[in-house]
Order: sequence, then C-alpha cells, then structure tokens
Amino acid sequence: MRGILSAAFAVSLAALPLHAFSQVATFQNAMQPAGVQAEKILDLWYLTFAICTAVFIAVLAAFLYAIRRAPRADERTAAEVSFLRQAEPASKRAVLLAVALSTILLLVLLVADVFTGRALIQMPLGDGIHIELTGHRWWWEARYSADPPSRMFTTANELHIPVGKPVVISLKSSDVIHSFWVPNLHGKKDMIPGRTATITLRVDKPGIYRGQCAEFCGYQHAKMALLVIAEPQEQYEVWAEQQRQPAPAPTTASAITGQKLFMGGTCVSCHTVRGTSAQATLGPDLTHLASRKTLAAGTLPNSREHLAAWINDPQKFKLMANMPSSPFSSEQLQAVVLYLETLK
Amino acid sequence: MSVPVTERVVYDGTPEGTVELAETWRDPPGLMGSLSAINHKTIGRRFIVTTMGFFAAGGILAALMRLQLMRPENDLIGMDLYNQLFSMHGTTMMFLFAVPVMQAVAIYLVPLMIGARTVAFPRMNAFAYWIFLFGGLMIYGAFFFNTGPDAGWFGYAPLTESEYSPGKRIDFWAQMITFTEVSALLEAIVIITTIFKLRAPGMTMNRMPLYVWAMLVTSFMVLFAMPAVMLASTGLITDRLVNTHFYRSGDGGDPVLWQHLFWFFGHPEVYLIFIPGLGFLSAIIETFSRRPIFGYPAMVLALIATAFLAFGLWVHHMFTANLPELGKTFFTAASLLIAIPTAIQIFCWIATLWKGRLNFRTPLLFVLAFFFILLMGGLTGLMLASVSLDLQVHDTYFVVAHLHYVLLGGAVFPLFGAIYYWFPKYTGRLMNERLGQWNFWLFFIGFNVTFFPMHLLGLYGMPRRVYTYAAEMGWGTMNLISTLGALLIAISMLLFLINAVRSYRKGIKAANDPWGGGTLEWAVASPPPAHNFDVIPVVHARYPLWEAPKKTGYVAGLAANHREQLITSVIDAQPDYRGSFPDPSIWPFISAIAASILFIGSIYTPWAVVWASIPVSIALIAWFWPRKKETEEDLALEKSP
Repeated sequence: MRGILSAAFAVSLAALPLHAFSQVATFQNAMQPAGVQAEKILDLWYLTFAICTAVFIAVLAAFLYAIRRAPRADERTAAEVSFLRQAEPASKRAVLLAVALSTILLLVLLVADVFTGRALIQMPLGDGIHIELTGHRWWWEARYSADPPSRMFTTANELHIPVGKPVVISLKSSDVIHSFWVPNLHGKKDMIPGRTATITLRVDKPGIYRGQCAEFCGYQHAKMALLVIAEPQEQYEVWAEQQRQPAPAPTTASAITGQKLFMGGTCVSCHTVRGTSAQATLGPDLTHLASRKTLAAGTLPNSREHLAAWINDPQKFKLMANMPSSPFSSEQLQAVVLYLETLK
Repeated sequence: MSVPVTERVVYDGTPEGTVELAETWRDPPGLMGSLSAINHKTIGRRFIVTTMGFFAAGGILAALMRLQLMRPENDLIGMDLYNQLFSMHGTTMMFLFAVPVMQAVAIYLVPLMIGARTVAFPRMNAFAYWIFLFGGLMIYGAFFFNTGPDAGWFGYAPLTESEYSPGKRIDFWAQMITFTEVSALLEAIVIITTIFKLRAPGMTMNRMPLYVWAMLVTSFMVLFAMPAVMLASTGLITDRLVNTHFYRSGDGGDPVLWQHLFWFFGHPEVYLIFIPGLGFLSAIIETFSRRPIFGYPAMVLALIATAFLAFGLWVHHMFTANLPELGKTFFTAASLLIAIPTAIQIFCWIATLWKGRLNFRTPLLFVLAFFFILLMGGLTGLMLASVSLDLQVHDTYFVVAHLHYVLLGGAVFPLFGAIYYWFPKYTGRLMNERLGQWNFWLFFIGFNVTFFPMHLLGLYGMPRRVYTYAAEMGWGTMNLISTLGALLIAISMLLFLINAVRSYRKGIKAANDPWGGGTLEWAVASPPPAHNFDVIPVVHARYPLWEAPKKTGYVAGLAANHREQLITSVIDAQPDYRGSFPDPSIWPFISAIAASILFIGSIYTPWAVVWASIPVSIALIAWFWPRKKETEEDLALEKSP
C-alpha cells in the first residue's frame, strides 16, 4: 500500500517542473524517514495525501463541469427566481451525498490520526539511552545520563545515538521557546522554559541527520542547527567512552602555548574544558570540540580555517551570538586553534 | 444647521425634497467637516482605502522578504531587519488589513443591502476608524524609526518579555493590538446593531442577503475572540512595564498561557477573515449565475456552525507544545469537523452554478479562483489538523503555504472579486474588464507559483521565520521560483491599482444596477446619495429586485430635514419606532486623539494611564454632553406627527 502511495506521490511531484531541477538535501527531510516515528508519520502523510488529492480532483471536476455545462448569460438575463419556490431534489441529493462522503472520509482521517498518534508514543524504552537536551540562544546543550552518574557527560550541538535502540530525550530551555526537530527521525517538540517535554525516537538507518530549531527564538533562529549521528552500537560506545574522558593534555609546544592563552583569556568565563580549570557553563562544552563536525550550532564546518575565523570574529558569522571577538594576535590565534584541535 | 429643527418636514417625493434629504444626511464641507464626518459611506470609503494602503505596505514587506530568500546565504537584508519584516508583514496583514478591511466593506455595504440610511452609532463608527488609523500609523512610524516588532505576529512569550526583547519594539506591537482591537470591537457592535435594528421593514431574518448573514456571524465572532488577545497583550504590556509575571515561568507565570490566549483569538480570527469572504462569494455567485443560491438555510446554518466550531480548535496551533495527548485528539476532531460546514457551502455553490446561467465577468473569475485555492488550503488544513502530521509540518514552509492558500483563497481573492463587483456602486464607474482579466490571471498564476513550492519546502525541512539558509540544503531553486511568483503578484497588484485609479477617473459610467443584482444596494444610484434611499422600501422577498412585488410598499413619514431612521424588530423587521440619529461631530476625532495619547504614552510610563485619562474623559464628556439644540429638536420632533 505504502509503495503504491509513495510512487503516486513521486509521480505527481515529478509532474511539476520545479521538482525536476531542484536538488533538495536528504539529511533534513521529512520525506526520507530514517526512524520508526518518521516512517509512521510518513505513512499517515501518504494516506492523507491520497484522500485529499482524490477529494480535490473530484470537487474541482464537479466544479469545472458545472461551469462548463451552465449556459452563458449576461447582466440583462432575467434571474431564475423560480428556484426559490421549486425544490431541486437532484441538487439536494447530490449535496447530501457529497456531505455524507466528506464526513466518512474525515472519520477515516481521524481514526488514522489517532492510531498513528498511539503508535508514536508506544515504544518499549527498556534499554534506551537518555539525553537531556537544553535549548540556548542559539545552540544546543546535551547531557547524556548514565548510571552511575559519574559516567554522565556533556556535549553540544551534536548527538550520537545507537541505531535500533530507543532514545529518550528530555527537552528543556534556558531562555525562550525553542523546538527540537530532526525531520528524518520524528516530528518536532517544543522546548518551553519552566517545563520539561520528552520525545522518544528510534533510528533504524545509520547516517547523519540534521535538525534545526523550529520555533522562532530571536535573532539567530536561522542558525541553530544540530546534527544527529546514528551509528552502530559499538561505534556509539566508542564515541561515548571518548566523550566521558577529560581533555587530553596538549603535547606540542604551540598547543601548550595555545592552552595557556585559552586559560588566561576570556574563553574560560563561558566554556568548560573538562580536566582543566575552565569550568564555566554559559557556552558550549569544548572538552571534545575537535570531534564535532560543525561549529556554532551548524553555522560553519569544523576545520582549522573556520575555527580560526570564528574565534577571531564570531559576530561576522553569527551576529548577536554571545561570543565576543577575540583579543588574540594572529600568532596567538593560531596557537589557540592548535590547542583546540587537540580536544578530540 | 444652527437653527433648531422644530417641525418635521416629511419627505414628499419631490426633487426639492430629495435635495433636502441629501442635505440633511450629508457630511459638512471643509477640513473640520471631513474630520467630523460620520456618514457610513464616507467612513467606509476611508476605511477601505486605509486598509488597502496597509495591504500594499504589507505586500511590499513580503516582496522584500522574498528578495532576501531568493538565494541561499543572501546578504541583501540583515537578520535584524528581516525579523522585523516578517513580524510587520504578519501584523499588518492580520491586524491592519484582513479583519478591518472586511469590517470596512461592511460599514459601507450593509446599510445599503438592508435598506437603511445609516449605520447604528455613526459617531462611534467614526471613532473606530480614527483609532484604527492612529494605531496603524503608530506601528509604521515605529517601524520606520527601527522600532518595529521583531518577535513575529504571534509574539510568543518569553521571547517578547523585556529580558529577551529590550527596547520598545514589543511595546509598540502590543499597543497596536489595543488600538486595532478597540476598533474591531466597536465596529462589531456597530455592525450587529445595524443588522439587528435598522433593516427595512419586511426584511425578516430569512430574507437577509447571505453577505449580511456572514457579517452578522463575523461580528459576533469578533466580540468573543478579540477580548482574549487584548487580555493577552495587556498582560504582556504589564509584564514589560510594571513587572507582572503572567508569562514568566521563573516567577510563577507560564509561557503557554500566552499561547492559549493568543490562539483562542488567533484561530477564530482566521474564520472571521474567511466568513466575510464566503459572504462575498454568495453575493457574487448569485448575481453572475443569474439565480438564487441553492440551499439558503443550509448556507446560513453552515456559517453559524463554522463560527461556533472556530472557537474549539485553537490548540491545533500548539500540538508541538507538551500538552496531554488525549486532549489533542479532541482538537483534531474539532479541526476536521469544521471542514463539514465549509464543504456544505462549497457543494451548495457548485449546485448553484450547475443550474445557473453564467455571466463570466471579472468578479466571477476571482470567486472561481476560490474553488481552486481555498480547496487546496482547506485540504492541507486537514493535514495540519492531524497531531502526527502537524508534528512534522508545524512551523515549516508547509504552514506558510497552507495559510496563504486559505487566507488569500478564502478572503483576498473574494475581496478583489467584491471590489470589482461593488466598485461601480462605490464610485459610479465600472472597472476596466480587460485590465481586470489581466489582473486576475497574473494574480492567480503568480499566487500559485509563489506559494505552491512552499508546501514542498516545508516537507523538505525548511522551517519558517529564517532569514537565511545554507546552499547545501537544496532549497535555493524552489525559493527562487517562489520569488519569481511574488514578482508576478506584484505586477498584478500594480495592474489593479492602475485599473482602480483609471476607472475611478474615467471608467464607463455605471447605472444603478450594472450587473443585474437582486439585492437592495442595486436599487439606489451609483454612487448612492448621502441618505441612501429616497424612500425606504418595504421588503417583500429575499431578492427584492428580482421578484416583482405584488404590491409596492414604502415607508412614509420620515423627516427630510432631520436624521431619522426607522427602527425595526430583530427577527421579523416589524416597524418599531422612529429613531433620531446624531449629527456630525468633531468629538469622535478628538476622543480618538486623546485615547491614542493614552495608549502611546503608556508604552513609556504606566502613569500615562492616569494623567492621559483626563483628556480622554474630557473628550468623551464633550462628545456625549447633551446639546441644547439637539434636545430641543428631539423633544419637538417626538411630538410632531
């Protein structure tokens, strides 16, 4: 059933010239489900789309036929007031039938929606992992819970999750309302200050999925993305184990200089690098910054040049972000970047 | 005017009598006169032009947004300005255009359609216009001084609280709501009272034109919906101004309270924009299919059902907030249910067209676009009504597409049809048919080119309210197409403007009834005289101009030298008594200025509420102070036969 409907959808879209030459990304796309929830929603989408398309075509056809068959007139044509006194049984039957049909189709949609809604929340969570995700203007803070709590760790703007395992994400906000949305995995859920929401999901296909804040949260709402990296259990374990470790001490001379500059400058008033004296929590945890794929919540790819450019003048890439421009000279900046690159 | 009228001169049907009648109902000349004007056609015309001006302004803002989004990582318009642009666009279209334009058209048309000389409370009507104008000018003034709102037209707390939105931007926005909602509430009272009490004798409720029904239903919805948003925005103002904690979660308030209050207004608002559009549709379809609408009782009941159901769906804007799942299902059911009354109306119109004889003119074209556009918007609405689907498409471009399909298809296309239809009544001249067709087709095609791709963009992951996007997202092509569509819309609007101005100056002169309509407004001259009807007709049928009366009847005995109007009973429009209506007055204008000082002053200091209430009180007292001349007149005329 789903195959037929999705093929029909593809065909109807292919009929649109605009679709033919546009290449949309597959990694932030509700039509490319990678998890069970997104898949169930997509099934419901196809069913709803099929019903709505059929209704659209039927009503439009009736309407076009009506205006084609009706004879033409002008403003001098006498109005047919006899309709006020004489009943129109055929029209009445047709309207009643159409209303009855519409009601039945609406009931179908309602039932399908209720069943999909139930399916979305009914998932055994036995051996799932728990993540507490907090929205900040304009980045994401993720705390992976663990038992014992000493195995908990914090990261930012990038989630890794094991494929096939349930994931429970508690959603919070430290300031205004944000919304967590990774379309390939699930629908969105708002992060409302003062309330904790929960979303559960399971990813079945390994891959990198992008999400983006979906509730307007001020200036840089457009640049508040996060990546979800779904990988096999073993790989996930390796990653998690690495994230739990404190930052390695720098070994090269320039990296040591960089660390000194970092610890002696303003960086430490916002950032944490575990295993050092930098313990502030206003900005993202940088303990394993070099292991992440992007900088500043998806604003820039994480490379040496971008990192240097970002530290030098964050406002150029993300105006109004909390991070100020750096006071470093270009040599100092290079050293700091080399240090940050050791934070694997 | 200075000599009290102490003797009734009854209108006698002579040309001199007609001149005197027009003189009595006319607005005074000169600058003072135009500020004192209270004739419903003067106010209605000003109101329509003002709201169309705001429509143009909102459209320009939208065009700028489309230019920014036409390619990825565009740096044409900065983040800060873009956020103001979309906030101002939504605010303008919802608060300064869609609702008021519908009321403005009604202020002009309803009295003509029901056989009245005026609206009820004509001075309050003038006051409502002035307060609306000042509110709109205030928010645009603020915008031009870089103090435009930047938190969206929905103003979600706590983003709108002073911690996250310092400065005065949000205060101006919240106060703009006060202005426009005061105006909307007053206009609703004017329209309801006019429809209930000023109908020509014989126009029982089941002879009322469907457009009048639509405006009656809309006005009741305004009465119930607007207080919620005024309460919400007043709470926001006090949060910001005097540190109350309505929406601050840390201090015992709740941001979700804002959402409930806002959408308890916001969802009905969609329907109170849409229902007048349905009224336009019925009026145009019956005239251009040369027959009465099929299923009048069903149409009326469908309007009323829509109004009731519209208050039971607001939570479908909040499906992504963490609310109880079972509760959400109720709102899904209600949101699907409201499709039924709309479906009934659509089927009845198709049945009407099926057995009609069609006069294919521009007004009908605009209405026919409704079937394509609104139908699609309604069907995507069913998708948004589903909790699960909404989780994906909520706050994406899918919603942007949906809401424009609904609001433009359901309200703006019918409104343009209505303008083409009633333009000859307003101005005495017909709009150009050729330009009208060009206007229509460019608008229709441009609209679909602009908004259809947005459905796909939403499914492909593009959230709303982003000022930029990365090239790797692959949204560039569709955004470019959408921007090109917006260009077509802009051209079509330009054609409309040219057509309106040219036709106003030198269009073909229109007769009383250029389209062969059946309702009362077509019985009077185009444009109508100040007093509308020389003699108030006695209504014998639903389409008084189509059905020849068995016996022509008119209301006799109303004065020609005094503003008198027959008041009739609510249900059956039985003559009740002779009402005496007020003369033009400058005080509504002055009161509106005083109230504006209070509203704007309280943006800066809470004490403005105290000291600025003094001029407001003075203006209102002066407005209502019984004048010796008026009292004398009323007493004398009460006694005169």
